[in-house]
Amino acid sequence: MEGEIEMPAVELQGVVKKYGEFVALRTIDLEIKVNEFFTLLGPSGCGKTTLLRAIAGFEDITAGAILLGGERIGDLPPNKRPINTVFQHYALFPHMTVEDNVAFGMRMLGAPRSEVADRSRKMLELVKLGDFARRRPDQLSGGQQQRVALARAMAPRPRVLLLDEPLSALDLKLRHAMRVELKQLQKETGITFVFVTHDQEEALTMSDRIGVMDQGMLQQVGTPREIYEKPNNRFVADFIGETNLFDVRVSEVGERGCVCAFGERGSIGCEATGRPLVGAACHLSIRPEGLDMRSREDAESPLGGKVEQIVYLGTDTQYLVRTPVGELITVRRQNAVADGVEFSVGDEVSLLPRPGAARLLAD
Amino acid sequence: MAKISGRIRRYPGFFPMTVLCLILLYSPLIVVAAYSFNDSLSITLWGGFSFRWYLDVFFGLEADKFRDAAWNSLSIAFMAATASTIIATAASIGMVRGGEFKAKPASFALISLPLMVPEIVTAVATLIFFSTIGFARGYATILVAHIVFCIPFAYLPIEARLKGIEGTFEEAAQDLYASRWQAFRYVLFPLMAPGVVAGYLLAFIISLDDFIITNFVKGAGIETLPTAIFGAVKQGIKPNILALSTLMLLISVGFVTISYFVSRMGVKPGGYRPSAAIRKKKGV
Repeated sequence: MEGEIEMPAVELQGVVKKYGEFVALRTIDLEIKVNEFFTLLGPSGCGKTTLLRAIAGFEDITAGAILLGGERIGDLPPNKRPINTVFQHYALFPHMTVEDNVAFGMRMLGAPRSEVADRSRKMLELVKLGDFARRRPDQLSGGQQQRVALARAMAPRPRVLLLDEPLSALDLKLRHAMRVELKQLQKETGITFVFVTHDQEEALTMSDRIGVMDQGMLQQVGTPREIYEKPNNRFVADFIGETNLFDVRVSEVGERGCVCAFGERGSIGCEATGRPLVGAACHLSIRPEGLDMRSREDAESPLGGKVEQIVYLGTDTQYLVRTPVGELITVRRQNAVADGVEFSVGDEVSLLPRPGAARLLAD
Repeated sequence: MAKISGRIRRYPGFFPMTVLCLILLYSPLIVVAAYSFNDSLSITLWGGFSFRWYLDVFFGLEADKFRDAAWNSLSIAFMAATASTIIATAASIGMVRGGEFKAKPASFALISLPLMVPEIVTAVATLIFFSTIGFARGYATILVAHIVFCIPFAYLPIEARLKGIEGTFEEAAQDLYASRWQAFRYVLFPLMAPGVVAGYLLAFIISLDDFIITNFVKGAGIETLPTAIFGAVKQGIKPNILALSTLMLLISVGFVTISYFVSRMGVKPGGYRPSAAIRKKKGV
């Protein structure tokens, strides 16, 4: 490998998928690195599952190319692609034991008997199901079935593992535990994971990088921190976490940021993606925790209003502030950071964006 | 469910209606079965309990005739059920897994047409067909006719089973490096096997007790059990016919019962019931 540039594990070049008139995927370009935990995140119907199925080989693509380690695999049937899938409802073979399920892929590849038995046992131990080898899938709980599905998909040592919302069928507590386990398995095995989910929390906690999808397009690709703190557009800001969106007009564009105006109320400085045009109507996004709340007498700000509702959330307290023009702004303050100031419903407050918290978005 | 059946039970006339239906449906069968144990030459006067007519079926004057007929019936039923089940399995995979195609409703209508067409029409048509192509009537014509009309009976339970099997199992198999054939051999077929067995048993029993079509296409000098019984009855009903009929009834009930339970293996309740197809066939 010396001197060689490492090929991306999966490369998508202008992938388009049409069902008749309906365009499910519009020109997807993406590189997924080797050993990466990559998540495709988006609302249902955004095309993320279609994209996953295209990589697995269950969907023919209308245009573009899919490369695995630099080789085109677009024309290969699913059984010729060194890629395995963990299906949403696991699709464990109900007429086979857990052990036979795990061994299936290796048997189809023609691996020697002793190696198959050996590796099946190892995989089952890896997912902590060593004692369940002789059971049938319907004798296992949902979480156990999930782990069998993982062991089965990883046993033939795929180059890439695809996971199609594998946690969605589990209850909340198990889902949280499995997140940690999945991430750990990925590290231990060194397999490239491509994970599909509509759950932003799942995506943020597990992924090395996230691709946010909507309407068949990749809206943004980046690390969880980039996606959350520096969303590219309105959809990403709105879909990932909670945010306050304001209609503003760009009034100044500088080297490091720009200034935007809230109509007559004044203006604030903000960061932007690209270089917006002066005078353009844009959206400004500020996360609830990115707003500092002060009493009206202590500070002046174009943003402010009357506290309308207070919700205690344990670590945080959430305030809903109604501005004079009728917008409702969500503010979140950590309870542990006691600055001695308490607010109650009806108080007049000013809201000051923290440094870097205000972000101008392209539409 | 319990609530609904409770309400039905309170309908006026529920009980007498039920009893009337049960008597009309089953009393003839019970009479035949009971009088097959009659120790008398008469089929209407009770002369004590005996197995003599069963012995007569196996060792009496007509035993050879019955044995040949039984052999023909069983061998034809075996081959017809086998052939029609293979065809029906292939057809159901094409219909259920073949995606959407234009001729799909028409194909389904064609497959299930023999269930709708009056059997006598099929019988006459088959006879005319064999005569037209100059196919000499005999064992082979019966077999071919049986294979054809057994297909829909084998098809229905297989299709019902296959429809209940999610496509993701085959996708998972292919994802795990199975070729299409291996996915069928190791995953799909084992999962649809109960439906295939049920379809086979149903086809077997339909072939075994078919009379009308067989009678038309069999030609002279060859009999199956139903035609042999019919021939014997024409010369007056002897009690040995009752014994033979009871034996056939037992075999049929046995097969249908097995078929019913096999087809329900691992399936949630409310699926396809093989008895429905038989009711349709008998026009009850």
